[in-house]
Formats: sequence, C-alpha cells, structure tokens
Amino acid sequence: MASLITCPHCGVRPKEEFTIRGDASLMRPAPMASEEAWHDYVYVRANPRGRSFEHWQHAAGCRRFLVVERDTLTHEVHSVTDGAVLATRSGR
Amino acid sequence: MRYSAFSIFRNALSGNLTWKSQWRKPEPKPHYDVIIVGGGGHGLAAAYYLAKEFGIRNVAVLEKGYLGSGNVGRNTTIVRSNYMLAGNEPFYEFSMKLWEGLEQELNYNVMLSQRGVIMLYHSDGQRDAYIRRGNAMWMEGVAAELIERDALKKMIPFLNYDNARYPILGGLLQRRAGTARHDAVAWGYARGADRHGVDVIEHCEVTAIRRDGGRVTGVETTRGFIGCGKLALAAAGNSSQVGQMADLKLPLESYVLQAFVTEGLKPCIDHVIVYGGGHFYISQSDKGGLVFGGAIDGYSSYAQRGNLATAEHVMEEGVSMIPGLSRVRVLRSWAGIMDMSMDGSPIVDRTPIDNLYVNAGWCYGGFKATPASGYCFAHLIARNDAHPVARPFRLDRFARGYAIDEAGVGPQPNLH
Repeated sequence: MASLITCPHCGVRPKEEFTIRGDASLMRPAPMASEEAWHDYVYVRANPRGRSFEHWQHAAGCRRFLVVERDTLTHEVHSVTDGAVLATRSGR
Repeated sequence: MRYSAFSIFRNALSGNLTWKSQWRKPEPKPHYDVIIVGGGGHGLAAAYYLAKEFGIRNVAVLEKGYLGSGNVGRNTTIVRSNYMLAGNEPFYEFSMKLWEGLEQELNYNVMLSQRGVIMLYHSDGQRDAYIRRGNAMWMEGVAAELIERDALKKMIPFLNYDNARYPILGGLLQRRAGTARHDAVAWGYARGADRHGVDVIEHCEVTAIRRDGGRVTGVETTRGFIGCGKLALAAAGNSSQVGQMADLKLPLESYVLQAFVTEGLKPCIDHVIVYGGGHFYISQSDKGGLVFGGAIDGYSSYAQRGNLATAEHVMEEGVSMIPGLSRVRVLRSWAGIMDMSMDGSPIVDRTPIDNLYVNAGWCYGGFKATPASGYCFAHLIARNDAHPVARPFRLDRFARGYAIDEAGVGPQPNLH
C-alpha cells in the first residue's frame, strides 16, 4: 500500500490521516427512485480488482472528502482529487 | 488408505516410503453434475458432504492455486459459536458440533483443541452486553460462562488488569470453543472428498461462465471448457470477480486481513483470548508460536499483503492487553482477502440463475464455519432448498430488510 497520499490541499500526507468511506463510483439515486435503485446504491458493489475510485476523508487535515483513484491489486495511487471538484467536472 | 496407529507403525518400519498421496491429481472430465469453484475449506467441505451425505459423486472442485493457498491457510485457526443474533447462533453451533466430530468423520487429525475462547470486557456496559450475548447463547442451548475479575486473575494471571483506559473486569468464556489446525482441515476434506469420487483439480482457474438460455452450461478454465449440471461458487475474496462472469450483483467488498505469529515459546497462553478494548485475539499454537490478529486494513484490496500501520496497531493492542508481549519477537505475518458483506454475515443461497449457487460474504469468520458452510451448501445444491440453520443467509435479505448485523454498524463493510 502506498502509505502516502497527495492531498490536493495539504500536500503529501501519511494515509493514517485519512478515513476511508468506500466506493466513490456510486451515483446517489433521486429521492423517489425505485426501491431497486436505492437497494443497489446502498448494498451492491462492483468490488473491482484493479483500478478503483474511493472516497477518503482527510480527517486529520483539511477534512475535505477526496476521491482517491487506486489499484486494489498493486496498491498504487493514480490520482487524488477533491470530491466537489470532481463532481462539478463530471456534472453531478 | 485409512489412517490408524497401525498404519503409522507399519509405515515407520518401511521407512515411510509407502505412504500414498492423499488425493489424486485427476485431469478434468468434459462434464460434471456439480462444479464447485474454489478449493478452499468451504468448497472442499461442500464437495465432501455432497458426495457423502447427498449422494452426488460426479463432482469437481476447481482451485486456481494449490489446495489451502487461500484463506483456509491464512486465518488464526479459531473455532467458536459465541454469536448473539438468532440468525447466526444456530448455524455456528451446528458448525461447532460438526467440528467436535470432524476427526472421526474424516479419519484425519485436524488437531481440534477445545481450549476455550474468552472475550474480555472492560466496562460495566460491556459486561452487560456480554451477559446478554451469553444469555442469547444459552437460549440456543450453547453454554457460556461469565468469569468475573478475581476468577479470571487466577485463570489468566498475566493480563494487564489495571490498564487505566481499559481495565479488565472479566470475560465471557465458551469452553467448547478453541482452535483447529487449518491446513489439516483443507487436506482432510480434500482427502475425504477424493475418497468419495470427487475430482479435486488444482491450478485450474475459471475464466468465464458459459450460459445458454438463462442456465449455466459450464465454465471456461485455464485447462479448457468443463461442462456442468450445477455450478456452485465458493470463491471467498474473489467472489465478486467470479460472480461478475454470470452478471451476479453481490453485496460484497474485498478487504485485506493480516495475521501474525511470534517465535516459539514454552506453553504460556492456555486459551484463545479476545481483547474487548479493540479488535485483537491471540492463542498459542502447538509449536509454541503466539498466533494473533486484529481488524482488517481499512481499504479495499486484493493484494494478500497488509500495511505496516495496521501491524503496529494490532501489536499495540496486544501489548496493552498482555504487557509481556513486548518482549516477544514476531516471526512472520501474512494476509488474506476477506469477502466482506454489507451486514457482516454470509450468503449461502440460490441466485437469479437457476442452476447457479453462491457461498460468499464470510468476512473474517469463515474458518470456524467451514464444516457447517460445506454441509449447508451441499444441502442447498443437492435439494435446491436451504438447510434450516442457513436459511437466514439469503442473497436478497438486504432488499427484504432482514440484514443480520452482529456488529450493528450498517452497510459499511470495512467496519464489520
């Protein structure tokens, strides 16, 4: 596991400063979406073996939610982006 | 060959040169009635019970590595049935009973040692919670004992009773629980299954699942196509990958769990001791090494190796419970990939595809479940109907609102 995460706000920091929330590729359904859509959002996971996107909160730093692009097999970190910036960019 | 004291004696006289290998190395046949994907403890146990109890002998177990290379050889060997929830306890007690007869059943020494598992409590609130858990166990007919501080001090004198933050006030003891030799469990089931005609095929990785009209017809493997009547998945940490081949939507995330062993010591820890101030458990192997572990590393991973920060955290917990541990040197550590489910409980169920069955989501409690998981999975495959004690472990329980959340943390797999 790469033990250093490059926070876009705080710079290179040890990964122990972060709290891992989980899969960031999920899209929250509309409030009145079907039960199945909500079930899939809350419970079903792609669980990729390889490149994945996760929400990591920089709890001991800027407290921002970041999206960490990481390889679950090699533990290589490819990119770290602020969650809000990524959401704006992808038009969420 | 049936093992006995006489066979040991006879082979000793012939220089131990005439022992036969414990299972065959068969070439895959073109078609089997049942194919089980995953030659770990659960897959092998399922194959064994399918052949022995349910009369289905045309069975293959496909393992991508060598037998015992996955989680069955990577755990801390603890077997117990001290769960609280009604969905779990009958199943794990069924498993405990199978453990108690396993050596006779398999004619194989799995070194079951019912040395007792004691879970420590450190506050009045935690004591109440353990009394509740103990009572829940008694409700299912399983003996549990609350050991108060003074009695515990006589039983286990070397604990750090007066830790300022986590004083040890007592523990909940299940005397029938203990440890088993994990490799022997895999080998014993493999040998037993083989003797009943099951083909255990090593180094055969499933690469695709072939379907025709909504039914599985077989699997593509690294050793060619193999047809099957029914397909059963017991792929542990890689369940999502295998499931994806049949478009299964699974409520799983894979995480890495580490375990450690120290240099060999004289006998000093007589029980399995579980720390209540964090997540730490320790026992002593027959070779003398202290085997211990803690919680999973917090990030999803398929790497079968852990992070030093978690190793440090686990050892800090150990030393805060047993200060003398600081003098012991760690010999080695290893890690396995846990199929963490959304409520911390397993899935043993049919799937939307008629002849496809899934056994997954054992989190880091799979080893103790091996016999019952195998038995119930075999029951499900053979009769197309869940065994009564495995009925709560349904794939659709999240949608129906019947999650079995022992830890009470919700759909957050890295917290279970």
